[in-house]
Amino acid sequence: MKYLDEFSDPELAGHLLDQIRATATRPWAIMEVCGGQTHSIIRHGIDQLLPDAIEMIHGPGCPVCVTPLEIIDKALAIAAQPDVIFCSFGDMLRVPGSSQDLFRVKSAGGDVRVVYSPLDALNLARQNPDKQVVFFGIGFETTAPANAMTVYQAKRLGIENFSLLVSHVLVPPAIAAIMESPTCRVQAFLAAGHVCSVMGTYDYPELTQKYQVPIVVTGFEPLDILEGIRKTVLQLESGRHELENAYARAVPEQGNPTARRMLEDVFETTDRAWRGIGMIPGSGWRLSDAYRGWDAEARFDVGGIHTDESPICRSGEVLQGLIKPHECAAFGKECTPRNPLGATMVSSEGACAAYYTYRRLEAPATGAAPVAPDAPAEPVGVGRG
Amino acid sequence: MADLDFEGWVCPLPLRDSPTVVMGHGGGGAMSAELIEHLFLPAFGSAADAGLGDSAVLEVGGTRLAFSTDSFVVKPMFFPGGSIGDLAVNGTVNDVAMSGARPLALSTAFILEEGTAVEQIGRVAQALGHAAEVAGVRLVTGDTKVVDAGHGDKVFVNTAGIGVVPAGIDIAPRRARPGDAVLVSGDIGVHGVAVMSCREGLEFGTEVESDTAPLHGLVATMLDAVVAAAAPAEDRNGGGNNGGTVGGNGGSNEGGDDGAATSATGSGGPIHVLRDPTRGGVAAALNEIAKAAGVGVELVERDLPIPQPVRDACGLLGLDPLYVANEGKLLAFVAPEHAEQVLEAMRAHEHGKGAVRIGTVVAEHPSMVVTRTGLGGTRVVDLPIGEQLPRIC
Repeated sequence: MKYLDEFSDPELAGHLLDQIRATATRPWAIMEVCGGQTHSIIRHGIDQLLPDAIEMIHGPGCPVCVTPLEIIDKALAIAAQPDVIFCSFGDMLRVPGSSQDLFRVKSAGGDVRVVYSPLDALNLARQNPDKQVVFFGIGFETTAPANAMTVYQAKRLGIENFSLLVSHVLVPPAIAAIMESPTCRVQAFLAAGHVCSVMGTYDYPELTQKYQVPIVVTGFEPLDILEGIRKTVLQLESGRHELENAYARAVPEQGNPTARRMLEDVFETTDRAWRGIGMIPGSGWRLSDAYRGWDAEARFDVGGIHTDESPICRSGEVLQGLIKPHECAAFGKECTPRNPLGATMVSSEGACAAYYTYRRLEAPATGAAPVAPDAPAEPVGVGRG
Repeated sequence: MADLDFEGWVCPLPLRDSPTVVMGHGGGGAMSAELIEHLFLPAFGSAADAGLGDSAVLEVGGTRLAFSTDSFVVKPMFFPGGSIGDLAVNGTVNDVAMSGARPLALSTAFILEEGTAVEQIGRVAQALGHAAEVAGVRLVTGDTKVVDAGHGDKVFVNTAGIGVVPAGIDIAPRRARPGDAVLVSGDIGVHGVAVMSCREGLEFGTEVESDTAPLHGLVATMLDAVVAAAAPAEDRNGGGNNGGTVGGNGGSNEGGDDGAATSATGSGGPIHVLRDPTRGGVAAALNEIAKAAGVGVELVERDLPIPQPVRDACGLLGLDPLYVANEGKLLAFVAPEHAEQVLEAMRAHEHGKGAVRIGTVVAEHPSMVVTRTGLGGTRVVDLPIGEQLPRIC
């Protein structure tokens, strides 16, 4: 596919790595915000190839990972009700709530379906007028426009048996929250390219100035990521802190104005709890007054569900870049992708799952014996920050 | 947060203690394996004698028979390049062939859902008959049951097959050993992408058609190539005395007694393992072999034959082609000195034209599959847990 293979070229990657090596004169800690970037970095082994001076900190940008346990429990409660068709993106089915997951609800007779577009859920509502069809509307600014479109269409077409369980989260407030944290180690950000392709880049210059931190809008293929890192390191080394766009083929400054208008119409900003991190003010979207009638939380009376999170899971610290996944005592022991204590171990975009899946084998350079499959591993590229 | 009672806390995943079956139990990954190891084998008790390969090999009156069964529940019933009828024949034929056997006959059992159009069943049956003719196997016995509407999904098909294993051939997962070349017979991920492209709610345009095909002809070609080449040099000690009870002695070679690798090559033939990487894809098949033999597998990512449409579809859906199902491809673990000649023979066969070497068996990291990435890094290629789930964004 055009724009896929060209951006994985090993030779060009080598050139970029050479430039990064030649530029970096001292240690820098760079956070990639997006889980898609984390996945790509680990899958392609990019962190293994970077010079020791560059530490990649894996940010909170996995939509599955940061969806609060409480919302998962509400989803499970709704999905288990008779006469409900509960629709979700595939990877939410495996996310554990406090007692089960959507797979198990399905197994127990719940009508849980994977859809690939939220508009498919709206079609299901039209085809099943005697059922309540609910779509699990989670994710960042990337998934929000399509979700907004379903509610917009539901209202326009008068489809009353459809509703949206909303837990949208926003990137810029998360960047601010990370920078405000007293333990923050992040010196620069790779901003999530897909988020910017929707929202544009207007929010970021202010962040670069307020926190004196370089932000580079970055894509997802190996060369995109290396180019984002290269631009970031150039800024860091020269003491600049600006917004730069290293993903111009997908991200215009204004983003997608049509999508933004739709979002402004359907959603309004709200405080939102992030799994493992906590409440971040103004960091989420909920349905605006005009669309409140399609809010699944109100329709199904799940407001009474309140859930706390696992006390031994340190995914919050992982999401904030304070520890690497393997530094959590539960990593690879109590907590594995088959047995995740926290959401970062569930989605393939989650930092813990990415480390577990791709980095269990990390034989030290001395050639010592590799670790056994189920033992926690010491991932390459850790502990050099 | 501190209120949570962790003493009594039961993790909802891996559903190890799930009171009900979940879809992941049928995904061909870790959950499927666990169901077999922790439920079926203990429940079967002393009657269980399964080597856990694609087919069992039984010695009957001096002849070694390969025996296998498979059930087919694919949705939709018809997809680009094939149907559930083709899969029902080719799937079982291939399972039998992965012991090196020549398939002879199949049973066919249909479970039909009340209300299904007879015309549809007719089309499935016709496809099944045609596939059997092409494969040269006879359909010798069968069964039909009907379940109430809503208690099935139009048609489920089960087939079982038997075949004869040639003398001197011992092909089984436990025989993988360090140094073996890992070969694949052609493009991977094709069948899975073809089926996904017409699955409800996911329709996308692609020119990909399922690769469903019977592979026993290709296997015979590969065996002929090595027998012809190896006979003068090494195979004198392999003739006929090494059949053993293949199904039952899976433990004897485990742990990888690597020192014996060279001499052992002659016993059972230089083609050590064959596997058709169906559910769970190449990744699941390689992990199972690595575990069964106690060896590591090292892949080279850029050598994987992934056709562009599969790459594109997987890129769009967030899937890894290594985990996508194949129905007309095989993996072969071959003694290194025979790798080239086996590859050559495969490429001369219609179902092996795209055969390439994709990796090597190593003594390091036993039971693990590792790949060198296109950029030069490394990563583990894990056994899938349940079903591969399309990513959110």
